[in-house]
Amino acid sequence: MNGAQILLECLKREGVEVMFGYPGGQVLPIFDKLYDADIKFILTRHEQGAAHAADGYARATGKPGVCLATSGPGATNLVTGIANAYMDSIPMIAITGQVKSFLIGNDAFQEADVTGITRPITKHNYLVKDVKDLARIVREAFYIATTGRQGPVLIDIPSDVQLMETEFVWPEEVDIRSYKPTLFGHPGQIKKAAKLITQSRKPILYVGGGVIASDATHELRILAEKIKAPVTMTMMGLGAFDGTHELSLGMLGMHGTAYANYATMNADLIIAVGARFDDRVTGRLDAFAPSAKVIHIDIDPASISKNVKVDVPIVGDAKNILGQLSEEIKKAPDSSAWLKTVEEWRAHHPLRYKDEGKIKPQFVIQQLYEITKGDAIITTEVGQNQMWACQWYKYIHPRTYISSGGLGTMGFGFPAAMGAKMGCPEREVIDIAGDGSIQMNVQELATCVANKINVKVLILNNGFLGMVRQWQELFYKKRYSYTTLYNPDFVKLAESFGAMGLRVTKKEDVRSTIEKALQIDNTVFIDVPIEPEENVYPMVPAGEAIDKMLGGLA
Amino acid sequence: MRHTISVLVENKFGVLARVAGLFSARGYNIASLAVSETLDPTISCMTIVVQAQDEKILEQIKKQLNKLIDVITVTDFTKKEHVERELILVKVGCSAKEKARIEGILDKYYIGKIAQRKADTVIIEAVGDEKQIKGLLGELAKFGVKELIRTGRIAIA
Repeated sequence: MNGAQILLECLKREGVEVMFGYPGGQVLPIFDKLYDADIKFILTRHEQGAAHAADGYARATGKPGVCLATSGPGATNLVTGIANAYMDSIPMIAITGQVKSFLIGNDAFQEADVTGITRPITKHNYLVKDVKDLARIVREAFYIATTGRQGPVLIDIPSDVQLMETEFVWPEEVDIRSYKPTLFGHPGQIKKAAKLITQSRKPILYVGGGVIASDATHELRILAEKIKAPVTMTMMGLGAFDGTHELSLGMLGMHGTAYANYATMNADLIIAVGARFDDRVTGRLDAFAPSAKVIHIDIDPASISKNVKVDVPIVGDAKNILGQLSEEIKKAPDSSAWLKTVEEWRAHHPLRYKDEGKIKPQFVIQQLYEITKGDAIITTEVGQNQMWACQWYKYIHPRTYISSGGLGTMGFGFPAAMGAKMGCPEREVIDIAGDGSIQMNVQELATCVANKINVKVLILNNGFLGMVRQWQELFYKKRYSYTTLYNPDFVKLAESFGAMGLRVTKKEDVRSTIEKALQIDNTVFIDVPIEPEENVYPMVPAGEAIDKMLGGLA
Repeated sequence: MRHTISVLVENKFGVLARVAGLFSARGYNIASLAVSETLDPTISCMTIVVQAQDEKILEQIKKQLNKLIDVITVTDFTKKEHVERELILVKVGCSAKEKARIEGILDKYYIGKIAQRKADTVIIEAVGDEKQIKGLLGELAKFGVKELIRTGRIAIA
């Protein structure tokens, strides 16, 4: 077999059903073999679209997403997508062509030092210099991407290596002496944590994307119900705990619910699971949860005690540890008074908005939630649209909220929706977008139409880069410096690609238009002109404690 | 405070770049770095002297190093009995009379010797721990050090 055949054979054995990418000079041998391989290949219209699609596929299915691009510009176009997956710990395999091995370092045509460029944004990367190493490298790459704290792994393959012949040997086992993730929690630490939990009076579970990554939703629910602790989620954690459950406080942090933030700040015990105390969550660090002890469960030891001092660190897989912990706890804490206080906060400071004037984005998302009953897969772009999607849609199941968390990549939602739909064709997939973000990867309309990937895009169109405008309004004296957008006609734009476009101008048509769009067997853009200067509230100004929220109405 | 950390890594191309990249990306300071093959040729040892403001940063440095796939073990010598050494080469300008005084100093410090003599310079090689090297350099400074090269620290426990 030659290198290209070995690569595809390995992908098949790893269970890859679909990959996203774009051809080019240095991946011609791979594309030649792809021509009659039984792996589905989705030709995107930009490599960034391919990377985000692979990412969206991974988030929706839990399986690693795979993208493929040529050397040089093809590879550099993947970079944002790889960094995005890295920040959110998404398992992804990026395969790039490289110039012939003897030309490397020569400034050859379409050459870029891709392993160099992606070193800080991949969990690991490889430059394949010998075809004999290829099968082992692919096997290791999948193992590394999908175990421990998951993340993207890049494999850079020079085109001459793709053509070299060797005997194909499938490595049955992966053994990397320097990489042995810890899976089970240390029993001594579990005991200490159980004791702290039993002694606490005001416990809160603060959970993140790690719960979803480790498929620990069930174990989380058992623990939460056993110890009667309210649960707040990071943006990455939405869906890890049923958003309609009475113990759910929704999201915390900069645009979290007031009651989640109050509960976090006043807790005497924070049980953090698969979350990393990101600055968008903690606000001012030295004022964060002043009287709380902290139990931190994470598969990545480097996430523990990075930002917040931790009393009981437990390294390992969340699913195992939550199970161990539930077993170890013999007596639930007495949290009844605490739950009452939390309920008062919830009653007095609900999420709210003034439903008057033009169509309100919050209303639109509420309608979408009611129509889909929380059953759809929602992707988002980045900015106000994303935060409204966090606040006003209730995520009941894991892997139903897909959004760029750590990197905050505008243009993520649409190609991610495409990837999610490829992974879950039977599910409704809807991208909640802004008029700014959607234009960053709008070329993927062609990919959707050509491959009949029927996703719906709900454009909350305010004619602004809304989140930046909100900051300019609040902190820069309303000096709207370059945040006003001239936009295309999104309906005609969609139609020009062969997709469908719908526009809503009246509040009473919002629901019926979304319902109509969901019935259409095509990709649909729904353009919803909304109140242009609507803000996302509550909001914690950068650098403030998270109970110092700018109220707006909340 | 300065800490000596020894990192055993896979002896492959690109590993040094991964370690160096980690330090620059996360804003950690390397005071010195020495790399070489170990008894096992598939493993390299990097001895890194890091400047860390506090325990928390030192902990992070160690954890982040451990996260690199090619890193096998990370040893912090800070609270561990160990032997550490550094080799320096110093070129000192001096007259014939001063040479005798330099020899006197070298006898007193017993960590160095003259590696090369020229009419108006000597090159001294010296091997010692941080304190010894500092002491010797302090003495030699009186003669006018023209050039100084150091290997960076290596350590063993």
